[in-house]
Formats: sequence, structure tokens, C-alpha cells
Amino acid sequence: MNLFETDVLIVGSGPAGLASAIELRKRGVGRVTVVDREREPGGIPRHSDHIGFGLRDMHRFLSGPAYAARYVRLAERAGVDIEVSTTITGWQSETHLTATRPDGLAEFRASAVVLATGCRERPRSARLIPGSRPAGILTTGALQNFVYIHHHPVGKRALVVGADHVGFSAVMTLKHAGADVLGIVTEFPQHQSYFQYKLVSADRYRVPLMTNQKVTNIFGKKRVEAVELTDVRSGAIQTIACDTLVFTGGWIPDYELAFSGGLQIDPNLKGPRINLQMQTSAKGVFAAGNLIHAAETADVAAISGRLAAAKVQDYLNTGKWCASSSVPIDYEAPIAWASPQAIDPGAQHAPHGHFILRVSDVLQRPTLLVKQEGRVLWQKSYRSLLPNLPIYVPDGWLKQLNSSPVRFEIRL
Amino acid sequence: MHDVYDVAVIGAGVVGCAIARELAQYNLRCVLIEAGSDVGVGTSKANTALLHNGFDGKPGYLETRLVRRGYDLLSKYGAEVGIPIEHIGGLLVAWTDEQLQSLPEIRETAQINGAHNVDFISLDELYRREPYLGKGALGALEVPSESIICPFTTPLAYATQAVINGVELCLNSPVQRIETGPDYHTVHYPGGAIRTRYVVNSAGLHADTINGMMGHDEFHITPRRGELIIFDKMARGLVSHILMPVPNKVTKGVMISPTVFGNVLLGPTAEDLEDRSASQTTDAGLNSILKKGSQILPDLLNHEVTSTYAGLRSATEHGDYQIHLHPEQRYLCVGGIRSTGLSASMAIAEYALEQLESAGLRLQRKAEFLSVHMPNIGEAFTRPYQSDAMIQANPDYGRIVCHCERVTRGEIIDAANAPIPARDFDALRRRTRAQMGRCQGFFCAAEVTAILAKASGQPVEHLLSLEQQA
Repeated sequence: MNLFETDVLIVGSGPAGLASAIELRKRGVGRVTVVDREREPGGIPRHSDHIGFGLRDMHRFLSGPAYAARYVRLAERAGVDIEVSTTITGWQSETHLTATRPDGLAEFRASAVVLATGCRERPRSARLIPGSRPAGILTTGALQNFVYIHHHPVGKRALVVGADHVGFSAVMTLKHAGADVLGIVTEFPQHQSYFQYKLVSADRYRVPLMTNQKVTNIFGKKRVEAVELTDVRSGAIQTIACDTLVFTGGWIPDYELAFSGGLQIDPNLKGPRINLQMQTSAKGVFAAGNLIHAAETADVAAISGRLAAAKVQDYLNTGKWCASSSVPIDYEAPIAWASPQAIDPGAQHAPHGHFILRVSDVLQRPTLLVKQEGRVLWQKSYRSLLPNLPIYVPDGWLKQLNSSPVRFEIRL
Repeated sequence: MHDVYDVAVIGAGVVGCAIARELAQYNLRCVLIEAGSDVGVGTSKANTALLHNGFDGKPGYLETRLVRRGYDLLSKYGAEVGIPIEHIGGLLVAWTDEQLQSLPEIRETAQINGAHNVDFISLDELYRREPYLGKGALGALEVPSESIICPFTTPLAYATQAVINGVELCLNSPVQRIETGPDYHTVHYPGGAIRTRYVVNSAGLHADTINGMMGHDEFHITPRRGELIIFDKMARGLVSHILMPVPNKVTKGVMISPTVFGNVLLGPTAEDLEDRSASQTTDAGLNSILKKGSQILPDLLNHEVTSTYAGLRSATEHGDYQIHLHPEQRYLCVGGIRSTGLSASMAIAEYALEQLESAGLRLQRKAEFLSVHMPNIGEAFTRPYQSDAMIQANPDYGRIVCHCERVTRGEIIDAANAPIPARDFDALRRRTRAQMGRCQGFFCAAEVTAILAKASGQPVEHLLSLEQQA
């Protein structure tokens, strides 16, 4: 049994994990260890081979692989210990974890732990889409791995499900692999991305946006042969012949490790519940990145990791832990989730200077309010709010709080 | 005659494999002929994965006797060869007055069948054991022997033991025609034919078709589709027993059960069809079991669905198994094995050999019968990633590739090189659990593809069924 002793153990070497590690070392923490279950560090950007990474955290405009490589380089330079091919398998205590590695079973003991295990896309089965189960059904993550890392072939005629940033990114990946993209399907009346993203992918390749459409059946024996789409308003059905179907977006944190450690899980976000200090319900365990907001762009995840580093250092210095006495935040549909989910008394700032929210439906002319005991602390009216796009609620109102629950509300 | 087999078993589902394994103990030349690309790919791969103890079978039915006997045989065999089995027990829960009133009769049936440990438990005890159970249960019987089993390892273990003891396995060979004859029968399949003295028909959904080729017509198969939903492993803490409904005439009803992989299973539906390949799921089917599941275990629906699938059970117009011996023809039909085939498989095989012997097949035990030990894919037993000794012997057991199911590179390579090798993703999934988990390949599909292609010596295009386009 190999024993690794360290000051801070970070699980996950994506942008959040590596940025957190670099910042901890900059702040003078002695031993910082990042573990990753993959063979290479860097996380999802490694196989997101398109431009657009690093704007907010590095003030650069890089491809995913270049961005990942840069973080790895910076971490190594900062003296971070990166252990790859290392899967954390369980918990002995809050800061004592077990692992499997090619050289045998291992244990990691630390003073604090940062979970930065990221997120994944909901596959076809989790979306409960009926039909047969042929080859050729992928998520964007699998597609990018196929095309950019392993150079495996994909089909010739593909349909993309999901019209947020990732859907448009999948179009570019499929075009790169030489496939025809027959359309981008969304059950909403409009896409949920920025027009620039649509411009460089769907518009450039003349891929039609198919709005108000839901996948309702999949046909094919060995390989996908056709997909049935149903118009969510009229019920009209059409069948599209294709050999590849890519489900994009539908993000969910990869939260099994947090769950198996007995951490409180937020039922809406499906990630560990955190307060404004990014503390989970387990003493000494912090969470950062897309594990606590699935999915923000990589740079936001990295900044989240960097912010967590300051909280971790504070905890290492003071031993202060306040997760148990937090003010909860209430909300209901159409708010899909909010992050963080609790406010520790006396906290003046949210991690990014704002709370991050998502809505579950297209909302026209909504007003978003923050209330406590009927008092309106903050409000803002929007022309529209869209699912899958970040909504940021600034944290200025934190100064006015008492200890009763805070409520996020949408008025239409 | 040198080129004539003694016995040809048609259909390598769990029943055919069990029969082949039983035959392999004797000095006989046997062949196992299968239409699919692997063993256990029909009804055997998509079922409720229960090792049922037959307490509720109709007294006097052959099925009841063989399920009862099969339970004991498979419990013992499973422990010997490493088939994941967990004896977690079942709870038969009544939700309506009508169901409640039928519980005493079920208990009485259990007594007659020799299942003396089936008994009432109080509602307090029921909710103590299953605190997440939905409100409104009216009464319950406990069935302590009811168990869960790996439906994939079972036929594989049988078939592997058959193959290493000399049975020939003939995959991708759907039987098209059988010429019967006084000395031997000739079984034709695309690209070949074999001659055999005895024919055993264990063709599952197609058993009536094969029966027809042999000139018989005792039963007709109406596929009964069962759709099932597998929930994320994080739901496993919600349920400790197999939660069984009180059955009615058509089906055992919708149940909730832990699986040996640590998931929670909900289902099945029961829908009679004519199409024997209609193993797709439907919107109506999935929604109906979700609705029932929300009553039995409301919290289950807060968890993510890992997979959905449908299986076809080979129901007939008869209540009992359709096992018919035609001694003059040296032909045994083992049909209509509905949904209890997995539990009864070893007893069916034992019974089949008695039948064949009575029809003149000479059974002379081999000097040596090689045993097997199957790679463990069950959560209740040590898996390679948990074993320092295995990792020290082969570092590939320390390289987890499929993260959701913690399948290592070593296991994938082993599966591709096994006596009955994995040649496609489904076969690999059944042997290792690779890509069976919650991400369905988001993280590992490309890597698993690369490892399997290399280890099995196949082009990636072939694995992905993309050849016709290349």
C-alpha cells in the first residue's frame, strides 16, 4: 500500500483542479497534490479542440488542448505534484482517501481536500429516449475523444441534439471528422447560445436549426438508421435517416465521489452543497469548478478553483469551519439550480462576486428577485432568460441579511 | 460414423448453455449452435436478474419443481465458479385489499412447494426494513431465499465450462432447415451444416420454429416484452430487498430490486407481441413502470437513470414448460421456458439429460471435467481494481478505464482473450461491465474502443458497425 501525505489533495486535474493547485502553491502551501484518473492531466479541454479557451482566467485566446497543456505546465512550474492514472475509490475519513493506481492500491492523507471532479453530459438513457440500442449514439465528450484523441471514425450523416454552446461545438467536431450534419435539434423555440457560436458552426456549414423538436424514438439494428422527431407543439412526427446521433449538453456533475463520502448533495444541482466559503458538509472538504456549477465555461471553472484556494488556505491557517450554521437558499421552478446553495452567517461575498443560476425553460420578460422574509433585496428585469445559459446574481445584498432563509424568485 | 455429433444443442441462451455444460461431463461429441454473435444474447441478456426460489410456482408444475431444484443447484455452482449471487431476500408487498387477501393463499402455496420460510411480517417490520418504501402498504410476506444473480456471468460460465471440456460452439449460425433421418439429422445454417444423432431444441423465442422443423407443433410462442429501467448506483441505499408485487394471472408484476452491479432495477412491463425481434423500449412502457415505481419507492425517481432496455420472454399458450421428448426421433424440445429459465437452468439441464438417456443416449462420465473460475463483476465480491495482489501481478488491473463501473484495462484485454472471447461492445459489457454505467461512454467510449479493437484484432470500423460505409 502506497501512502501519499500532502497538505492539500485535489481530486481532478481539469481547469478547476489545476488552477486551485497553482494558487495554493503561490500562496505558500507546502505540498499540493492533484490526482486524476486519466492518463494525462488537463481534463475536458484536452479533447475540446477548438478555439475559445482562457479568456477570463489567462486573458488569452487558446484552443482546448493548448489551454490544458498551459495549465499543466504552470502547475509543474509551481511545484504541484500531479498523480495521473489514479482513481480515488473511497473515503477512510474526510481527508483520508483510498485510490487505485497501476502500481497498486494507495492512500492519500491531507489536511484539506478539494473536489474538482467536473461534470459530464446526460446520455440517451438518462433522457429516457425509447427505441432500439444500436451503435452510433454518442455524447459530445465521447465524440471529441473519438475524433481528437483516438482518431476513430464517426458516421457519415449525423444529427445533433441540443442547441447550446456544446451543440454548436459538436457540429464543428463532426464537420472536422468529415460527417454531414443534418440538423441541430432543440425542444425549445430558439437556440441557447451566442450568435457568434452559431455563426462559426451551424451557419458556416449550413446546418439547419430544428426548434421545438424532441427525439422520441431511435431506430436501427446494429448501427443507428433513423431518428424520430416530434414537434412539441403540434405533435407532428418526422423521421430522419442518419447513422450518428450526438446528445450534447444536459450537464450533470460527476458527483459519485462526493456522494460516497456522505457529503450533502443538492437535489437540483446534483452536486455537493456548498456555502460561500466553498465548504461542503464534510469538514476539510471543499468543492470547486463544474462539480458545483455544471457547466460553466472552462475559464469560469478555473477561476472557481482559484477562489477555492484562498478559502482552503484560510481554513488551513485558522481551522475555522462554518458549514453547519449556514442560511439556506430556497427557490423553485423555473429556476433549475443555484450555486452556492447556502450562505454562511456574516459572509459578505459570493465566490465569483455573484451567484450562478440556470432556468429550465425559455422565459419572456421575467423579473428575477432575491427576497428575505418578504423583503426584496435585489431585483432585475430581463428581456428573456434562456435554459443552459448562465444567469449571474450579484452579491451586494449579502450585507443586508439576517439568519432566515433567502429566496430566489422569478416573476413573469 | 466419425463426422456425426452425438448431440447438437440449438440455442445458446442460459438453458442451452446449461445443457451443453451438463453434456460436457460425458464422453460425447457435442455442438452448441447459436444464431447470435455470442452466448446469452436473447432473453438471457435482458431479464430481471433474479435467482428465484420458486415459492409461488403452481404446485405440480414441472416449472415449479425445476425452479426449486435449479435454485439450489445454481446457488452452489455460482459460489464455486464465481457467479455473483447475493441472497438478499424478497418482500412481497400488497398495496390493495385484493392483493392483501391473496397473501395467505400465496403463503399456503409456498408451504406446499416446500418453501417453509415464507411468512408474514408486520407493517412495522416492513417499514423498518425498507424505510424508503412508499406509504400505503397493507401487508407483506417475506421470502428469505429470494436472491439476485448476474444474468451475464451465468450463461457464460456454463458455456465456458462446456467449451473447455470439448463442446464445440458455433456462433452466428441461425438454423435454417433440419433434415431428419433414421441414423442422424442434418442441421443446416448459412454456410454450413452438421450431422448429429440427437437434437436438443433450446432456441428460446424460436423454439416453436425449430420444433416445426422437426415436424412437431405442441406450442406457439408469443413474445412477451418486458421493459426495464436501471437506476444509478447512488440509489442502491434506498432498497435492501427485492420488492416484489403480488402477482396476477398475466405476470409477476412490476418489482424493484437491487442488482449485483449495485444498481436498482425497476420493471418489467408485460406486453404480448408477435414480432420476435421487437426488443426496443417504448415511451408508454417506460412511463408506466416509472409511475408504478414512484408508488413503491418514491425517492427512486429522484435518481438518474443509467440505462433502459427491453427483453422478450418466450411465453406460450400453456402454463408450464414445454419440454417434450420424441425418443424415436432422438429429439428433445426444451421450449416455453418463460421468465424462470435463469433460475431453473441447471435443473432443466439435469432433467434434459435424464430425458436424453431415456431415449437411448449413452452417458459415460469423462475421466476429467475441468472446472472454471469466472472473472468477478459483482459488487459483493472483490473486483480487480480492489485487489493489490492482482495489480502487483498485472498493473493493467490498476488502470481503470471505465470509471463509472471501475473496469480496468486488464479485464478488457482478458475478455477479448477468454475461451469465449468478447468480439463486440455488448459482449464486452456482459463480461466486464465496461460502458454499462451512468455516463454510457462519455469518458471512456473512445478508449474502450481502442483497447478492444487491438486486443480482439478487429478494425475499429467493424466494431462500430461502420464498415458498409467505408
